[in-house]
Amino acid sequence: MSEMLEELQLEAIKEVLEVYPAKAAKSRAKHLGVDSPEGVKGACDTTRSNKQTVPGVMSQRGCAYAGSKGVVWGPIKDMIHISHGPIGCGQYSRGGRRNYYTGTTGIDTFGTMNFSTDFSEKDIVFGGDTRLKKALSEIDELFPLNNGISIQSECPIGLIGDDIQAVAKKHKSESSKPTIAVSCEGFRGVSQSLGHHLANDAIRDEVMTDTSARSDFQSTPYDVAIIGDYNIGGDAWATRILLEEMGLRVIAQWTGDATYKEMAIAPKSKLNLLHCYRSMNYISRHMEQEFEIPWMEYNFFGPSNTTASLRKIAEFFGGEIVANTEAVIAKYTKMTDEVIAKYKSKLEGKKVMLYIGGLRPRHVIGAYEDLGMEIIGTGYEFGHGDDYKRTKEDLSRSTLIYDDANEYELEQFVKKLRPDLVAAGVKEKYVFQKMGLPFRQMHSWDYSGPYHGYDAFAIFAKDMDLAMNSPVWSHTKAPWDKQEVGA
Amino acid sequence: MQDVENIVNGQKLFLKEEYQEVFKNKQEFESNMGSVNPAKVEEIAEWTKSWDYREKNLSREAITVNPAKACQPLGAVMAALGFENTMPYVHGSHGCVSYFRTYFTRHFKEPTPCVSDSMSESSAVFGGLANMKDGLRNCNAMYKPEMIAVSTTCMAEVIGDDLNAFVQGAIDDAEGELDNTAVTYAHTPSFVGSHITGYDNMIKAILEQLNPPKSEKVLDEERINIIPGFEPYLGSLKEVKEIAASFSDKIVMIGDHEDQWNTGAGEYELYAGGTTLEEARTAINASSTISLQKYSTIQTSKTIKNKWKQGYETCNPIGLSGTDAFVVKLAELTGKEVSDELKLQRAQLVDAMQDSYPYMHGKKFAIYGDPDFLLGLVSFIVEMGGIPTHILCNNAPKKGWEADMQAIVDKSDWANECQIWPGKDLWHLRSLLFTEPVDFMIGNVYGKELYRDTNTPLIRIGFPIFDRHHLHRYSISGYKGALNLLTWITNSILDHLDEETKDTGKTDYFFDSVR
Repeated sequence: MSEMLEELQLEAIKEVLEVYPAKAAKSRAKHLGVDSPEGVKGACDTTRSNKQTVPGVMSQRGCAYAGSKGVVWGPIKDMIHISHGPIGCGQYSRGGRRNYYTGTTGIDTFGTMNFSTDFSEKDIVFGGDTRLKKALSEIDELFPLNNGISIQSECPIGLIGDDIQAVAKKHKSESSKPTIAVSCEGFRGVSQSLGHHLANDAIRDEVMTDTSARSDFQSTPYDVAIIGDYNIGGDAWATRILLEEMGLRVIAQWTGDATYKEMAIAPKSKLNLLHCYRSMNYISRHMEQEFEIPWMEYNFFGPSNTTASLRKIAEFFGGEIVANTEAVIAKYTKMTDEVIAKYKSKLEGKKVMLYIGGLRPRHVIGAYEDLGMEIIGTGYEFGHGDDYKRTKEDLSRSTLIYDDANEYELEQFVKKLRPDLVAAGVKEKYVFQKMGLPFRQMHSWDYSGPYHGYDAFAIFAKDMDLAMNSPVWSHTKAPWDKQEVGA
Repeated sequence: MQDVENIVNGQKLFLKEEYQEVFKNKQEFESNMGSVNPAKVEEIAEWTKSWDYREKNLSREAITVNPAKACQPLGAVMAALGFENTMPYVHGSHGCVSYFRTYFTRHFKEPTPCVSDSMSESSAVFGGLANMKDGLRNCNAMYKPEMIAVSTTCMAEVIGDDLNAFVQGAIDDAEGELDNTAVTYAHTPSFVGSHITGYDNMIKAILEQLNPPKSEKVLDEERINIIPGFEPYLGSLKEVKEIAASFSDKIVMIGDHEDQWNTGAGEYELYAGGTTLEEARTAINASSTISLQKYSTIQTSKTIKNKWKQGYETCNPIGLSGTDAFVVKLAELTGKEVSDELKLQRAQLVDAMQDSYPYMHGKKFAIYGDPDFLLGLVSFIVEMGGIPTHILCNNAPKKGWEADMQAIVDKSDWANECQIWPGKDLWHLRSLLFTEPVDFMIGNVYGKELYRDTNTPLIRIGFPIFDRHHLHRYSISGYKGALNLLTWITNSILDHLDEETKDTGKTDYFFDSVR
């Protein structure tokens, strides 16, 4: 089976490359491949990544602004994040990522709001610094409980040469509130990934240097920070509860449901726990270097990964934390075993193709496997070499690997490999549903979730069953239509 | 912990005691750090409801908060998808295109084809010509379009890319590969106007670039064009075509995106329906063109009126009088009688209006959205005896719109109670709703935060609507569309009445079964 599958996967790559003009085909060939656990050196080692997208295709990638504002900065709930430039970017990135939080929106919390300097032609011609300066003071007047402002640059800002750093600095000294300018113009880099990096750099330079909140902070030996969890559908809360049950104290959540000050006290943490490696490894490394705070990656998708991660975290603290953790694991294992017993028979052997961003193309593999499902293809919208290298550890069969796959390639791969479930983003969703294929959005949990931790695994299992076993898929073929769907 | 017999998602999971404890601990932690101050929150929340806050809020000049508009290229993408086998192509970073595709996909629950040429730093320095050369070829080879419709992003506009030269350069460079593909292009800077401006610029570009010079025009007396405008209601497109077809089979919709966002299950095809390129290439031959959205076609109208010297009309077939005007115009242009079917539809609509008017009469509404949408909706509210207390148009055109709207409002018995708010956003509307409350809001999904804050029920009509399903499949145009509007608005009012009167033994007088 594995050999047959591998052959099919190689054929699929060959077929999609045939349609491209020579130059594009040459470039795309380097991003596609097959890997398998027994393979000595497969696509996970050789796939080219983090490179310029081929022009003229329907890429699923976003931009640096999306990485900074949409992913990293946007969820910091008590700050106001200005989309600085024309109106569109802020509007399209409004509320779509389901970064849940508690707080009074519009008064002391601003997560789902859209603040824009709404550039007109005049701002492009004469520069937008004056408008920005005024915007900052208007914000402070109308939203006095904001705990800081970030300025997220859209494309024109860098091009017209505005000095937003100077404007931010001046406002910071006048208002004594954090005011942080991030040069995350959308044209920078090749995807949203550079935006994560730029966002981390701004946190490094502006938040980590702010010692005011740290000075009278009372530490405990068990203080940890959650790094790289954006609380999509409440993920960070489902994570936090487990860490607290282990006896740890979570002093910061980056950046889902975060406040500015908990970001600033993170250097007081004893251990940084990194979930989304891609978006937040930079700041974890910085805190390690600058404040000697160790960090470790963990994976809370599915009970196998969650249990292994909890033990790894507990081991770091030793002593009673280890004992507590075993109790926590025992407490939840009964439930997750029941979940598996309930759903495995309905899902076992089903083949899944993934295409997501950040950490999920590898992290979620284990969760599917806990339910007996198999991953036959996976890839990153904006992964780097180290993401692919890490993916290898999670593969348990021959897997098609695709970096920066575009809509055309995904469609062809799916038609060729015929998975039972496709798990990707909203832009892909309806393409595959139309073919009669069950689909789940793995960026937003398809408006369900959370999916992190034990309680969330039950939701994950239920959602996958809902997707796979809904009667709606059986209606796709009309009684008079003999042709098989999805063929 | 989850109960395996009854697994719940976050909505109910987080209500469990152990999660409430997590929230409480975190909030205490936040409070101890001085991040939040509950007493202060209450004080400020009250202040934001005041006239004092309203004055400060309305005098904002630099920051836009919760806008009700999007940017030009989004509209250009919709315009392009109204033509057969056409791929919208955005000259700029792929980030923008990801946003456009996502935005439309969330509204229509359908895939949205659109490519970009993925410009990045090097293009910022050297210009985007290299991207366009590769991009047009790749797009053509992979997606085999009949037409590629190029729009621009703010990036391409700021660096000043010369589209005309670039497109020609790319075609020359493509070794014949692009010779059978029409490549049309429009400048759509995101820092000018809004999505409706982009729609306008792209329609104008396609019409100008596909049609022959005026000297080669072959007048077809019977042909009439209809341009729908930025229309998020696919049912409206269908209904307008039905009405037009009842007069003549020589009425052609220019930019018909109905099928593109309404394909069935069974297989996926990139392109669906649309105005054929043959029809687009002969648009100049028509005797006249009717635009259904005056302010979404300002530039296009100049081409049709001034360059083509064609008859040009604007009709806004939303509501009774809007549809009447459209039908009368078609009768006049075609010289045909109004069909019995249409006469019946009108009579049925008026009958329904007479049945339901008590529930809308005298009710106050706040309505927000695009300029032409508002002209139609407000007109219908006035016809029903409702009071359009706040009419808010974030992307109101500077010339003409306010006067047009005032003329509609003046037909109301309550004209002096109606306020028109051009250029204002939804945070402005929040102040208006607190200080001068209304009974109902009509607008897009972003009003739901205002519903939460002000308790004003929201009736979802407009664009975008992400959080309710399939409303876009219906029509808001024509007599049948007006009946939909009437049904949605009246029943929302009745739903609200039930909600207010449902408490057993307390408020449930008026909790009636017959209405």
